[in-house]
Amino acid sequence: MKDLIGIKELSRAQIEEILNTAKAFKEVLQRDIKKVPTLRGKTAINLFFEPSTRTRTSFELAEKRLSLDVLNFSVPTSAVVKGETLYDTLKTIEAYNVDYIVIRHSSSGAAKFIADHTEASVINAGDGINEHPTQALLDAFSILEIKGRIDGLKIAIVGDILHSRVARSNYYLLSKFDTEIRFVGPPTFLPSHPPENVKVYYRLRDGIKDADVIIMLRIQLERQKSGFIPSLKEYYHFWGLKKEDLSFVRDDAILMHPGPMNRGVEVSTEVVNDPRAIILKQVTNGIATRMAVIYLLRRS
Amino acid sequence: MEKELLNEQEIERILTRITSEILEKNKGAENICLVGIVTGGVYLAQRIAKKIKETEGIEVPVGVLDISFYRDDVSLSNKPRDIKPTNIPFSIDKKRIVLVDDVLFTGRSVRAAMDALMDFGRPEQIQLAVLIDRGHRELPITANYTGKYIPTAKTEKIKVYLKEINGKDSVVLMSQ
Repeated sequence: MKDLIGIKELSRAQIEEILNTAKAFKEVLQRDIKKVPTLRGKTAINLFFEPSTRTRTSFELAEKRLSLDVLNFSVPTSAVVKGETLYDTLKTIEAYNVDYIVIRHSSSGAAKFIADHTEASVINAGDGINEHPTQALLDAFSILEIKGRIDGLKIAIVGDILHSRVARSNYYLLSKFDTEIRFVGPPTFLPSHPPENVKVYYRLRDGIKDADVIIMLRIQLERQKSGFIPSLKEYYHFWGLKKEDLSFVRDDAILMHPGPMNRGVEVSTEVVNDPRAIILKQVTNGIATRMAVIYLLRRS
Repeated sequence: MEKELLNEQEIERILTRITSEILEKNKGAENICLVGIVTGGVYLAQRIAKKIKETEGIEVPVGVLDISFYRDDVSLSNKPRDIKPTNIPFSIDKKRIVLVDDVLFTGRSVRAAMDALMDFGRPEQIQLAVLIDRGHRELPITANYTGKYIPTAKTEKIKVYLKEINGKDSVVLMSQ
């Protein structure tokens, strides 16, 4: 596999190989010297056409821990604002002889476009509302680490499913395992024709009851303006995970959030501080998982 | 063609001898840690540790080392798969580390293993114990403890079967 564009195209075996390899990299991250010489002399570029701090930082750290040389290219400082096309940007970057391109773009399909036009390995770090595959992989790795399995689990995804590439990638991944997937949120945030293997809940407490894993999604604050929800306060009241809801969460459940969080919108401070929340663990696991993805991609 | 070079009993005797040699050279087991190279070396290291416990009454720590990330043949088109997590749950600083591997061939795995070990600290010494030395070294590396030296042709293959993985102990030479 040259590129990682989406989870949709991956087989269960490929996902398992990535998760297994991530375990080995997690050990590397716990050493005093958190770096291996594996990809010495190779170069990665992080192409971010959309603002992102944590995903970019996580990729950058993953690359450096693999001994890659790293270039960062983000929109406000790039030629794109001067009118360069994506294709020309790519060709310029190719002239640097880079081996890995990590791309985030607001258009769905941008990562695929780049991958089709370059010899370098391309990793999708989020394209429009399509996919964010490394987030789903790190979520799966975190679930596996704590629960010891993915099969047989009930997983509730709460929030703006419709506009969330994280939700889509998570859905594709969890569908390849024997899981019960639940979409929880207001009807305007849920697909009008949900996939057959998904259970839909409009009430938060019904959706999180008995769930082994609860994945909260970030509510993009601009959604309120477009009329999907009446107000952020109302969203918080009905679908934000709050202290009062915690008694409906299983004692052995895990609470996840891809970050960045909006406290007081989709999640309350008490929930973030609950021992069942593994939000910071997800951040650490993100580095190990991204190292595994970069490591496993290869040219033919 | 397959030819058995060592059977269960012979492997057992060799490991007993290697254990004695390690104890003799290091004047006991006080400062020793064993590190097995994935996969075969790990089980051999555990067996040697067990023998040390039986003779000296000392439990020497045993670590697991996967050398994939340190190999010199990793490229964009060739990446070793099926990586096992490394596990060295003790400090190697000022310790005598005995690296354990099943087969010593080009020496490249041992070079990778030494580089990996150095990322964990600064051992007093690194020694090397192998079950089989089949020759054809490409690097200036030699073992401190060798089970059996078996001259081979480069095209031949040595297969080490261990109870923990294969349900039997045996070393086999395979030639085309």
